[in-house]
Parts: sequence; structure tokens; C-alpha cells
Amino acid sequence: MTFRQQHLLGIEPLHPTEITTLLDLADSYAEHNRKGIAHKDVLAGLTQINMFFENSTRTQASFELAGKRLGADVMNMGMQASSIKKGETLIDTALTLNAMRPDLLVVRHPHSGAVDLLAQKVNCAVLNAGDGKHEHPTQALLDALTIRRAKGRLHRLSIAICGDIAHSRVARSNIMLLGKMENRIRLIGPPTLMPSGIGEFGAEVFENMEEGLKDVDVVMMLRLQKERMDGGFIPSEREYFHRYGLDAEKLQHAKPDAIVMHPGPMNRGVEIDGTIADDINRSVIQEQVEMGVAVRMAAMDLLAQNLRANRKPQEVTA
Amino acid sequence: MTKTFFANARLIDPVALTDGPGALLVVDGRIAAVGEDLSAPKYADIIDCGGQCLAPGIIDIGVKVSEPGERHKESFRSAGQAAAAGGVTTIVTRPDTTPAIDTPETLEFVERRAQEDAPVHVLPMAALTKERMGREMTEIGFLQDAGAVAFTDCDRVVTNTKVFSRALTYARSLDALVIGHVQEPVLSEGAAVTSGKFASLRGLPGVSPMAERMALDRDISLLEMTGARYHVDQITTARALPALERAKRNGLQITAGVGVHHLTLNELDVADYRTFFKLKPPLRSEDDRVAVVQAVADGLIDIISSMHTPQDEESKRLPFEEAASGAVGLETLLPAALRLYHADMIDLPRLFRALSRNPARLLGLKAGRLREDTPADLILFDPDAPFQLDRTKLQSKSKNTPFDGAKMQGKVIGTWVDGTRIWGRI
Repeated sequence: MTFRQQHLLGIEPLHPTEITTLLDLADSYAEHNRKGIAHKDVLAGLTQINMFFENSTRTQASFELAGKRLGADVMNMGMQASSIKKGETLIDTALTLNAMRPDLLVVRHPHSGAVDLLAQKVNCAVLNAGDGKHEHPTQALLDALTIRRAKGRLHRLSIAICGDIAHSRVARSNIMLLGKMENRIRLIGPPTLMPSGIGEFGAEVFENMEEGLKDVDVVMMLRLQKERMDGGFIPSEREYFHRYGLDAEKLQHAKPDAIVMHPGPMNRGVEIDGTIADDINRSVIQEQVEMGVAVRMAAMDLLAQNLRANRKPQEVTA
Repeated sequence: MTKTFFANARLIDPVALTDGPGALLVVDGRIAAVGEDLSAPKYADIIDCGGQCLAPGIIDIGVKVSEPGERHKESFRSAGQAAAAGGVTTIVTRPDTTPAIDTPETLEFVERRAQEDAPVHVLPMAALTKERMGREMTEIGFLQDAGAVAFTDCDRVVTNTKVFSRALTYARSLDALVIGHVQEPVLSEGAAVTSGKFASLRGLPGVSPMAERMALDRDISLLEMTGARYHVDQITTARALPALERAKRNGLQITAGVGVHHLTLNELDVADYRTFFKLKPPLRSEDDRVAVVQAVADGLIDIISSMHTPQDEESKRLPFEEAASGAVGLETLLPAALRLYHADMIDLPRLFRALSRNPARLLGLKAGRLREDTPADLILFDPDAPFQLDRTKLQSKSKNTPFDGAKMQGKVIGTWVDGTRIWGRI
């Protein structure tokens, strides 16, 4: 077993073998999920708390389902309406929760680094479900699993990530993961949606989508983060779709067997043409959702194993 | 008549830019004689410096003492003790308190509190505009009469160029010193770090280092218009240096400072969202740091200060974007600055030119030098003594130092203000 992490805060601290370990386990969970084989014993007796300081339907549901399939007691806390509004600091919230002795804490927060901060203050395993513009590790892992299942490997692939890279934690985690696994990464988007220092990321950068998509194996579209577009990064949605929206014509430049991915939720007609998204020969978007549950099961399984191993000596001495 | 004779010293002279053995005589709180062959007069207290460095006390421009308003973060007593421990003999205080120091009445409060509690000299600055809101200038004349040594809105830029140009023009008529912060306000809005690869990897909002030069360019244009006497609190980027150099060469009355943290740390020190490294302006790239250190050594940047900004744990233990900016620095100013000396980037006389001599000149003080007829504000320090910083041992009420646990060199053996020892063994 080569997975040494206590938390899953990001892709950055993971070693490639840890990624492979996690994906292998997730792969078997995906098969078992399809066959309806239950694993209620894996997290039995453990408590999982989902703390979402930012709205999310699909990620929260995916974590909840993953926990329940493994037999954890799952509790959802919608944090937007709770004590944060009453002025409680994140640290105090963490300490309060910690006193309830959860085993797995799944956190989404609008500020980069907030999940790291929280993890320093609690005694349980923390899973980052997205922090600001920093990381969204389970999304990158589920993308990786989807790619590996579709392409039969997760190395030496040419992968294009297109759209709003600047505001995307999904893009950061994916760049990190796909880079660690030795793939060629191409970043495509208008320069206003590229993060600063992009030239030093070890990826090729394209402003022209046709050029960027040439002969790629994977086309990964990003959601245009409309709620974060407070500064006029693009002139209009229609010009954006014309230049950077994925349609059949642009997709022709990719390899004939290239797959199309999207982390959801999609803005049809803004970053992706509806017919491409629904094309069962090209789009793996539904598979991504399915792999999401399997990857989260694997992540919680591995973290719970490490948690139990770390706790044992304390219980003996107590 | 009290006489104190400092024997066997290594004299750091920031005027002659020399560093050598000698002795110094203090009579009634003033330096009476300095020299290599000086011998002790009769009836003098003799202090054997043991070959350690004797230098003019540090004059730290831009210290935040959180009185009035946030005395739990720092008081005149605690700041004064921190200064004494750090070899700072004069603190020049910022007006960004709550309320801001923008009337002669609040200024007098500061002076009275300082007089009561601080063992070091305290010279207050006042706000340039009322409540530091950038709309109306303060009573610069009255404030000057009440003892304000400079006028500044601190880290708030006066965005309204018309207001700023009038304030500069008015200040010029009184020969008042204006201190500005250069950061293009719209471009830097919401920024927590400097833009670049590190900011992008951490997903933190960044500001281009260019925002500093843009604001500096505006202010230089205004100086050409108004002829005011102007000091930039912090120049932290390489790109701003040529503009500063040109402005000086063109004879404008402009000087510049830099905080010691920007000379000794870079953006990567933020690492995993360490909020004690969140500063304003944010820490820069290593290239910028090296360029700015060179500018201090060359004399283009005139002053090093601590930019002492006390913050309590509650304001720092937050997600990085929400955390307060600033770090305490009075006690770490000297050992941090000595890192540059130990790295062979600057010699001690030039370091004290920036720590003592130039601040005194800027404020028109007869201090910051080892010369006769100068107040005996002195520090004796061992530049090599190693130690590991423990933030809980700081004199400041607030412990927000980025150097916690850092291995440093340089210990203050003694601090004298007007010839009276206020720190060290007596």
C-alpha cells in the first residue's frame, strides 16, 4: 500500500504512485458499483461531515453517496447559512466540529488555502472539495480515472484544457496531476483568462483553439465561471463561444478518437455545443460523474485506513 | 557633569562610511568626542565595548503603535520596549490608528502617551487627509506646529489626483514632508500576493509588480508640478527603480524607503498560506528583492524601516485573503538587516546610512551620526551573535513576526537614548 497522506488537500503533495494506488482502487470500486456489490463495512462506524461553505449540488451529492456506499454515517452541513454569518471564524468552526469527533471532513470553501488552515486544527482526515481558485483534487482524480479507462493509459497523452484557466481550481489540479503522470498539456483560452506566470507551468499555451486542439487525445472543457467574471474578461458570451466554444468544426482538429470532458455544470452554447456534449461517441461527461463517486470512495477508504493506523497507538496507551 | 566613555569600540560611522576601532565620549547626554586615539577623561564611567560595534541608534520611520484604538495590539509602553530591545532609539509613528491622527488634538494625545510610557524618542506623523479618506487635506500647519514630522495616509493611496496635488502644493508652502504609498489602487484591488506563478499555483489574487511603478510615475509627475518634499514609504520592485533614479537626477525632492521584510524575504516564503508573511505591498520575486537590496547599497533607496505593524492572532488566523496584512519588526529590524551584511550585499556603514543617517536627514534631526554635538542615541551590538528567534519572547504585544523560529545573527548589547542606557546590562 503506497498512500501515505493523512488528508487529501490537493494534488500537489501526492506522489505519482499514490495517484496510481488511488486510481486502481477507484477502478475496482467503479466495477463493483456497476455490479451492485456493497462495501458497507469499509467506513462502518465512521462519521463523515460534509461542510460546504460554497454552493454545490453535484460534488456534495457525490461525496455523500460515496460515504454511504462505504457505510459511513454522513452528515451534511450547509455552512452558507450557519454560524459563519454570525461572525464565527473558520478556526472556531473547525474546533467546534472537531469536538464532535468526526472521522472524515469534506470541505469546500470560497477562499484558497482555507481547507489547509482547517486541516491544521482538526484530528480527522480532511478532504478538499474545492478551495477558492487553488485545488479541487477529487475532480482531477476522477478526470484521470475517466481518461485512463477511455484511453487505456494515463501517460504520454496530449491533453488540451480549454477556457477559463485563471479562475479554475479544476484546471490547477488537472495541470498538476496530468503533469506528474507525464502527459503533454496544452492550455487554450483568451489571454485574459490565463493565470499570471502561465509560461512557467510546463504547459504549452494557445490563444487559437484550432491550433491548440491539433491532434490532441483529450479535450477538457472548463466551465466559464460567470459568477467570478466581475472584471470584464471577455467582450461577450457569443464572441467567446465563437472563438473558444467547442463545436464539431473545432473538434475536427483533435484526433479522430479524442474524448470530450467537462467538469459540469455546463453552460451549453457558451463553452460547449449541446450536440457535442450529448455525443455518446465523443463525450465522457456522464462517465466522469460516475467515476466521481468511485474516486471519492477510494479516497475516503485510503484516508480512513491511515486514520485507523495512526489512531491505534493512542487507543492502546489510553 | 556626567561622562560616559565607550572604550575599545568598533565605530560604525554612516557619514564617513568607515568601520574601524575607536572610542567615544558622551558628556551630559551628547557626544563630546570621537576618535581612534581618544583616551578616557577623569571621573568618567567607562564602558568596555569589547571590540563590538557602536553605531548611531536606529531611526525607524513608519512604526504603527496601535494607540489610540487597538491598545491590545501594541501600546506606547510595549512598542517603546520593543524599540529599545531592537536598538531603535527613535520611532516615527504612523497615523493609521483608530481614529486616525488627523487633528492637533489627537496628535497631542499621542505625544502625551509617548512621553509617559516610551523610553525612546517618539516622533508622530499625521494624516495627510482627514480620516485618511483622500478627500480633504488635514490642518497641515497646525499639525506641524503641534509636532507632526511628516504627513501620510499610510497604505491608502490618495486616488483623487486633484486632492493630492493640492495637498502637495499646500505642504510645500510649509516645507512639510509628505510620505506616500505607491500602488495603483484599482489594479491592486483585492490582491493578496504578487502575481506570477506562485500566486497562480496557490490560487490567490495577485497584483502585477507594475502597479508600484504606475503609482510612482504619477507621483513623480505631481512632484514636478508642485515641487513638494516627498518620500515613498516602500519601493519593492526592480521596475520602479529607474523611475526613482531619474526623478532624483532631475533634482526633485524625492527619497525612498523599503521595509526590511522586502529586503530579506520573497513571495515563496508565503509557502502554504502563512499569513504572517502577508504584507502590504505583498512580498516580491527573488529578482525584485535582489534589485532592491542593491539599490539600498548604492544609496538609490535611502531608508530601511521595519514597517512595524502589530496584528493579533485573530486578525491573522484566517484564510489568507481575509487575513490582515503586516508584521511586527522593531526587534527584528537589525538582525534581519544584518542578513544582508552577512550575505556580503552591503557593509555596516552603508547599512546604518539607511537605518540611522538618512532617516535623520530626512526629518531634519541632528542625529544618526557619530559626531560631536549630537544627542548620544547609540547602540552597541554584536553583529555575529547567533540566535533562534522565539516570537513568544518579543517585547511587542503582538507576535506576528515572519521570523519565528528563524536562525538569525546580531544581538543588541546596549541601547542609549540621550546618553542614558535603556536596554542591556547596566
